[in-house]
Amino acid sequence: MQIPVEGFMYPNEVELQWSVLIVLYPFITGLVAGAFILASLERVFRVRAVKPTYRLALLTALAFLLVAPLPLQLHLGHPERSFEMYLTPHRSSAMAMFGFVYLWYLMAVLLLEIWLDYRRDIVLKAQSTSGLTRVVYRALTLGSSNISDRSLSIDDRVGYVITLIGIPSAFLLHGYVGFIFGSVKANPWWSSPLMPIVFIFSAMVSGIAAVMLLYMASTKLRGKEIDIRCVDVIAQYLFYTFVIDFSLEMVDLLQRIYEADESFRSLDFMVHTRLWTSQVIIQILLGTVTPIVMLGLTQVVKMSEAARKRIYAIAGSLTVVGIFAMRWNVVIGGQLFSKSFLGYTTYKMGFATREGLLTAIVLMLLPFAILWVLVKLLPPWPDATSHASGTAPAHGTT
Amino acid sequence: MEITRRRLLVLLPAAAVAWKYIQAGTPEASPNYKLSEHWWGMLIDIPKCIGCGSCVRACSAENDVPDGYFRTWIERYHVPDWAIECPEVESPNGGKDGFPPNQSTGKNFFVPKLCNHCADSPCTQVCPVGATFVSPDGVVLVDKNYCLGCRYCVQACPYGCRFINPKTNTAEKCTLCYHRITKGLTTACAEVCPTGARQLADLKNPSDPIHEFLKTHSVQVLKPHMATGAKVFYNGMDGSVR
Repeated sequence: MQIPVEGFMYPNEVELQWSVLIVLYPFITGLVAGAFILASLERVFRVRAVKPTYRLALLTALAFLLVAPLPLQLHLGHPERSFEMYLTPHRSSAMAMFGFVYLWYLMAVLLLEIWLDYRRDIVLKAQSTSGLTRVVYRALTLGSSNISDRSLSIDDRVGYVITLIGIPSAFLLHGYVGFIFGSVKANPWWSSPLMPIVFIFSAMVSGIAAVMLLYMASTKLRGKEIDIRCVDVIAQYLFYTFVIDFSLEMVDLLQRIYEADESFRSLDFMVHTRLWTSQVIIQILLGTVTPIVMLGLTQVVKMSEAARKRIYAIAGSLTVVGIFAMRWNVVIGGQLFSKSFLGYTTYKMGFATREGLLTAIVLMLLPFAILWVLVKLLPPWPDATSHASGTAPAHGTT
Repeated sequence: MEITRRRLLVLLPAAAVAWKYIQAGTPEASPNYKLSEHWWGMLIDIPKCIGCGSCVRACSAENDVPDGYFRTWIERYHVPDWAIECPEVESPNGGKDGFPPNQSTGKNFFVPKLCNHCADSPCTQVCPVGATFVSPDGVVLVDKNYCLGCRYCVQACPYGCRFINPKTNTAEKCTLCYHRITKGLTTACAEVCPTGARQLADLKNPSDPIHEFLKTHSVQVLKPHMATGAKVFYNGMDGSVR
């Protein structure tokens, strides 16, 4: 397949090395980190209004985290060797720690916190169901069926500590992904000390927006009333985080424009041509400025509940699209120009190939399928526990 | 010996390990070669390069480089007087078939490129499993039996010297013909260069002519601001070269 080239590329640069699957990787881990941070608002920072989304946020984070390594595995030339990263990690590599950071976050933070939070419900379900369902719930108890007040109180305290550890871990997870790109000194589009920080804030933005949308959609699907106070608060946090994220990106941009180093002319040309639609139109105008203005309006103008809900839905959707575009522009944009700064290549995405569009779509749908299973297994709705057991919700003491 | 189920369970993994070694083959021995006595690099004398492409062809044949990928290549620069920061560069098929006649007037020259075998190489720094490494004699190598094919090293190389071999799905690059230089031979590219524009250099060998050359000429490395400790030295390199 002939790849169109403009100007001069080093001969080995013409073919892009990292495909749309590597775009999904920071996008998905960002959603994980952001969803967890939203959950921690209720648990650690005691923002009670967002409580209806607490469990949904945790399950969303888990569903996406389980899918996060898949695009990487599919991308590797030798996926069967990926375990070597655990056995013989090369300590100077920014990438080598991914497996450990991932496992830490999955095993020590998310799974543990979800299990502790749901333990009471799981035990009650194991006692009240029968057949295969009972076997599943009994397995999920991990042999611990003590749900005395004292035991639940310990669960709660341990869960609190895990969330405390989880916040820096979420920052670590996504800041680390930012560092993988930001530390490549050969690539001026990526190389920036701000990259990990921008990644952390954009992760928070995408995760908060995604959970807000999921909460609104799932509540509607269940025929329940959306807790407007809850989405008001989430939208408020989304707005503040987004303003910080956008400011950081603008600081980075201004610095680059003012410094105008040797790479500037080449990168500037790329933004005005190959990245114009995905960066300027989709990421900045549609995916950042529009939702910030919309969310900002809800903060200063009195609006009806229905209008606010509509704005949150539109702004949230645009935000998620904008953050995806940001990941695209970082990963793909960083490979479209030559390191000689004299030319540009083109990204040709296959369709039904290992790293093609179809694979990317399936990988993006997979977390939703997992989330559906998780929600069936561990209902996150505030009213679910009382329905199941006839008692008050387990998570009521924080 | 009777093969019981238990014995089979023991024998199978052992056979798998043995088969892996057989497949890997026996490395060629270089009994007189001492790693600690060498520190390899290369000298490129730009004014001597005529862009014939012999080096690219020799490299390709010697190392079975797949079509469309390059362990070494040649660039032709045309630098207009009014725009020294924006040279016109071309490298059709990596210069493998030579270059079409030059129509443009002004400053024109050829620049052969290859892995710079950096002492502080960014590509080895980023490899998540250490499959690529700097050998004790200063050559950056890739263990294709260990490489994951994650392509991080390709991204990290500032000079565009690495690629993923579509046959092995692993990272590949110039080895400075390691299989030759450890036997006292020079690299394939230097061997065939009709003008001596490429010369293998052993920086630890006091009698290597490189020392005299470095003393008496102004040489540069590519992208010195990258601080990679590049060991491919260019004589007569124009400031416009990227």
